[in-house]
Amino acid sequence: MNQLSDISKVPGAQADPILKIAVLAVGGQGGGVLSGWITALAERNGYHAQATSVPGVAQRTGATIYYIELKRIDPARPERRPVFALMPAQGDVDIVVASELVEVGRALLRDLVAPDRTVLIGSSHRDLTISEKQVPGDGRKPPEAIHAAAAALAQTFICFDMMALAKDHGSVVSSSLFGALAGSGALPFPLEAYRAVIEASGRGVKQSLAAFEAAYLRTTTPELEAAETAATAPAAPELTGPAALLRDFAALRRRVQDMPETVRPLALAGLHKVVDFQDVAYGSDYLDRLEQALTGDKSPFAFGAAAAKYIANAMAYDDIIRVADLKTRSSRDARLRRDFATNEAEVLAVTEYFHPRAEEVIGLMPRALGQWFDARPKAQKRLDRLVNRGRRLRTDRIGGFTLLWMLGGLRRWRRGLFRHAQEATHLDRWLALALDVRARDHALGVEVLKCRRLIKGYSDTHARGQSKFDRVLGALDLVTGRDDAADWIRRLREAALQDEEGEALDGAIKTVKSL
Amino acid sequence: MAERSFKKEVQMLRYGAGDVFAGEGILAITKALLQSGVGYVGGYQGAPISHLMDVLADSQEILGELGVHYEASASEATATAMLAASVNYPIRGAVAFKSTVGTNVASDALANLASGGVTGGALLIVGEDYGEGSSIMQERSHAFCMKSQVWMLDPRPDLPSIVEAVEHGFQLSEASNTPVMLQVRIRCCHVTGAFTAKDNIRPPMTVKDALDAPKRDLDRIVLPPASYLHEQDKINKRMPAAIQYVKEHRLNERFGAGTGKVGIVCQGGMYNGVVRALQRLGLADDYGEGDVDIYCLNVTYPLIEDEFLAFCKGKDAVLMVEEGQPDYIAQAFGAMLHRAGARTRLLGKDLLPMAGEYTGQVMLDGLRRFFRDHAPDLLSAQDIAPNAAPVPTELAGLADVVPGRPPGFCTGCPERPIMAATKLVEQELGQHHISSDIGCHLFQIMPPFNLGATTMGYGLGPASASAFNDSAANRRSISFIGDGGFWHNGLTSSIGNAVFNQNDGVIIIVDNYYSAATGGQDVLSSRAFNRTKSTNHPIEKAVRGMGVNWVRQIDRTYDVARVRDTLKEALTTAETGPKVIIASSECMLNKQRREKPQRAKAMADGKRMVVPKFGIDDEICTGDHACIRLSGCPSLTLKYTGDPLRDDPIAHIDETCVGCGNCGEVADAAVLCPSFYQADRVVNPTGFDRWKDRLRSAWRSRLQSHRDASRLQYARG
Repeated sequence: MNQLSDISKVPGAQADPILKIAVLAVGGQGGGVLSGWITALAERNGYHAQATSVPGVAQRTGATIYYIELKRIDPARPERRPVFALMPAQGDVDIVVASELVEVGRALLRDLVAPDRTVLIGSSHRDLTISEKQVPGDGRKPPEAIHAAAAALAQTFICFDMMALAKDHGSVVSSSLFGALAGSGALPFPLEAYRAVIEASGRGVKQSLAAFEAAYLRTTTPELEAAETAATAPAAPELTGPAALLRDFAALRRRVQDMPETVRPLALAGLHKVVDFQDVAYGSDYLDRLEQALTGDKSPFAFGAAAAKYIANAMAYDDIIRVADLKTRSSRDARLRRDFATNEAEVLAVTEYFHPRAEEVIGLMPRALGQWFDARPKAQKRLDRLVNRGRRLRTDRIGGFTLLWMLGGLRRWRRGLFRHAQEATHLDRWLALALDVRARDHALGVEVLKCRRLIKGYSDTHARGQSKFDRVLGALDLVTGRDDAADWIRRLREAALQDEEGEALDGAIKTVKSL
Repeated sequence: MAERSFKKEVQMLRYGAGDVFAGEGILAITKALLQSGVGYVGGYQGAPISHLMDVLADSQEILGELGVHYEASASEATATAMLAASVNYPIRGAVAFKSTVGTNVASDALANLASGGVTGGALLIVGEDYGEGSSIMQERSHAFCMKSQVWMLDPRPDLPSIVEAVEHGFQLSEASNTPVMLQVRIRCCHVTGAFTAKDNIRPPMTVKDALDAPKRDLDRIVLPPASYLHEQDKINKRMPAAIQYVKEHRLNERFGAGTGKVGIVCQGGMYNGVVRALQRLGLADDYGEGDVDIYCLNVTYPLIEDEFLAFCKGKDAVLMVEEGQPDYIAQAFGAMLHRAGARTRLLGKDLLPMAGEYTGQVMLDGLRRFFRDHAPDLLSAQDIAPNAAPVPTELAGLADVVPGRPPGFCTGCPERPIMAATKLVEQELGQHHISSDIGCHLFQIMPPFNLGATTMGYGLGPASASAFNDSAANRRSISFIGDGGFWHNGLTSSIGNAVFNQNDGVIIIVDNYYSAATGGQDVLSSRAFNRTKSTNHPIEKAVRGMGVNWVRQIDRTYDVARVRDTLKEALTTAETGPKVIIASSECMLNKQRREKPQRAKAMADGKRMVVPKFGIDDEICTGDHACIRLSGCPSLTLKYTGDPLRDDPIAHIDETCVGCGNCGEVADAAVLCPSFYQADRVVNPTGFDRWKDRLRSAWRSRLQSHRDASRLQYARG
């Protein structure tokens, strides 16, 4: 502690500058492993290294930074340690590794990436934040701006889905990030040295090495990117069933072929959905409604396209029969095995979480009986006391499966049930309204159709969606006649999707009222 | 069992003279304690000191061999009071905790300890949690040293300096009969490096020796008239002795040519940042060598007047680099210059920010301005008149698409369902005043839960609701406290206070079997067996013993409906006095760490194991995300189906799910939607399992093909 420096060496450009590396990670996701590897890599290959981090609650799933500095050992004075800094400074980092795309963005916002020197390595996958996930609509932030800024502001930007690649090899993202780092050539160490570090780490070495090699290859062979995108073209759904029904369905498909080109893909998807929901005759009903919507529509058939989408969604409403049907199909069994079982020998036990209320039971009643209950809140309450309870059903077992299978079989009588009557009335009223509005303002008619998006969820959530739908359409009178009426309804709808309670919607309606 | 094990690393603590010790800062501190002949150690966990406590816990065997007594103290106050063992006996003792929250708790003991003074060296290692990533209020520990007359060491953040600081700390303490505080900043605690070790030293006097030959000295007890003498002693004897020791051993360092017209004074902890700025200005090489004079304060209290004035002699201007506020050091130095009639200008917070962390950019800007104003000849033309870099246009708007990522509950956290239940109760009974506490449960204040109005300190959740006690009010207050805070001081400060003052509020004790937020250390109520500590003391017994009559113990927090109903009952019952709900389930992070290797081994051995996971049926989920708003689980995320008929992404459970059951329970309790299911994978099934499965599969297939024969459906992936 008491050495007094008397060396007055003239500082200047140095042959072996300090290399500065920042690792931006999501807490608990391998940032520590990666920084440990980088430190070991340097120390085993003739470098001084120093790593720091801020552990603690910041690491409980939050964004966190690891920071490493390296300098080649001076053979003339190998004992002398450089003075390393303990945190990354703006514009003074050589390599930034970000374990996720938003963390790439964060590195840019923190000015850690300098255009003249920083190699930026980031995984393109998204680990969505709670602020994005909790939005009732689609809260995901668009990734394009981050990609563009990173490409423009980094000296080199290496970016691909390193998480998916790691998973493909049974490993975690730190392995593929390390591979991309090796592939970037930003550090003066040979490939072998990287491998040796992983081999010495002692846990999951085989998988780590596999992910490492794959990421290295992907980084050094950019052509692989094109191959990846080409390989993922979606396959068209294939319909199976009795020949007679397939013939009937073919006739329906021909009706779709006569529709405008912009409407066709949605109409076909919608047709599939409603037939899957009920039967071929229901598909015919769907096309009847759609054709009605297309009459009087004009190119580019925005009204028809919206109708194709939302009529299908409205017709394939979420009731107990649909849920029971979907949960007892053979395709679901296959999917569960694929998603959860790792080999043939394993057995799966499946528990469903149900919580029916009186409303759902009344929905399953024949129309008249349902109406009787619906009009009598007291009877409804008594029924609710009887049924309203969480029920766990084991659908791998014979009893639980058979019960659901039979509920799914109610499909045959669905058209006569109370819920269907309610849904059909609601649908027809909404469609008539849209057509009526369209006659006066085409764009506004399209927006009325699109408001169907607000109705989703079950029980209270469904009720809330319904109320938002009503409130948005309730504002129709306020905007009708304005040039920008359609735009206002679109804004109201988007506001309704921003939060659960509809606070943004209330604000937006207030604005509309002040117009 | 702590979150991180140092079992392997602690073997380095046995290193002898000449061995090169490489590791993290905290490990170096532990080794330095042993090299200094420490007789007893203790402390309380909390970043950045948690790992130090974990290292000590993992090195109990080595400590035992050396005759060193180790304690995991009940609180920072307990830890500091423990240093009383050095008051009458020449035994060296060290305690560690985080600052300033820990220092606040410890301050009563610290003041008493400092007043009477010590015989054996007493060292307080405080982890300074300041700056980015900190979880506490931003204050300085420096003030505690000034008010209690405790010396403060702030070594340069590299391992040899830290080790020397520990060794000198004990000697300084003994030379001046004063406790010494060793400040290590958070990054310094976790910095990697190396130093040459010395042999460990057995304490010349152990606590056993002291117990067997007790001593007392009335002069050291804080009671009039001794307390008045203590104050005089501090000023007339202890401080001068300390100053003499610091000067003699040249604890403060000087770097540079020694002839400059300007100079920099910095806290030891700021040294590397200062050098980095000098490196970037072309004024130092990578080894920190250069012409600029630096006076590096490895001791920041007391300040050495003549040393400082000598440094300033012949200098036109000196820059004081002092992080945090108020700028106590600069104020003291300013007074010294003034008294001496010196003409040297002292700059500090006029060039550097008064508040906030001294990051690389802050330091570079501050130093550049200092040299530009006072020694422009040292700077390059570029640095004298730097071009203001324009903000790249690409960054405009980027902030809107880069959402924050605050810390939150881990996957499978047992505290999540408690918050979900609280939210459900609020949906039914309206919003309540909620007092939060310190611990993982404080994440309740973040989205998606948005619960809690204040946090007043560790173990003080219920105490901070104590004013909200009025029988005329229609609602009761709800307060949270964790098991860590409960045992730290909550039992008396919060529970006892509520009983005594007949508080009608509801107290939820979040019991996850560990002091979880600090890294999973054991507490009294931990359910694990601990070889050296007494655990398994139920919180319920303590609460009842304190006089609470309405107590509900919930042993599975994932039962959301039960937590909800219990909380509702607590808020509405006619019973008076505090209503205490103890919600217990093991911290998932620790549970996984404990069970995962066992499970993997059992599976590999061919044993039957059931592995639960949760899933969501894509077609049944409607994409309203109500489930996410009651969960926030990292494994519950969104999926884009590519279905042209869907506008919004659906909920999806990824492979990191640990099968805690929260999703299903919330879906049930909140009546959300039937898309959740639990898939239990039976690994290594028995013959009976397989027979049942064959039977069931056959039955299912039969019914399925019966239906498939009369309908159209398209093959789903």
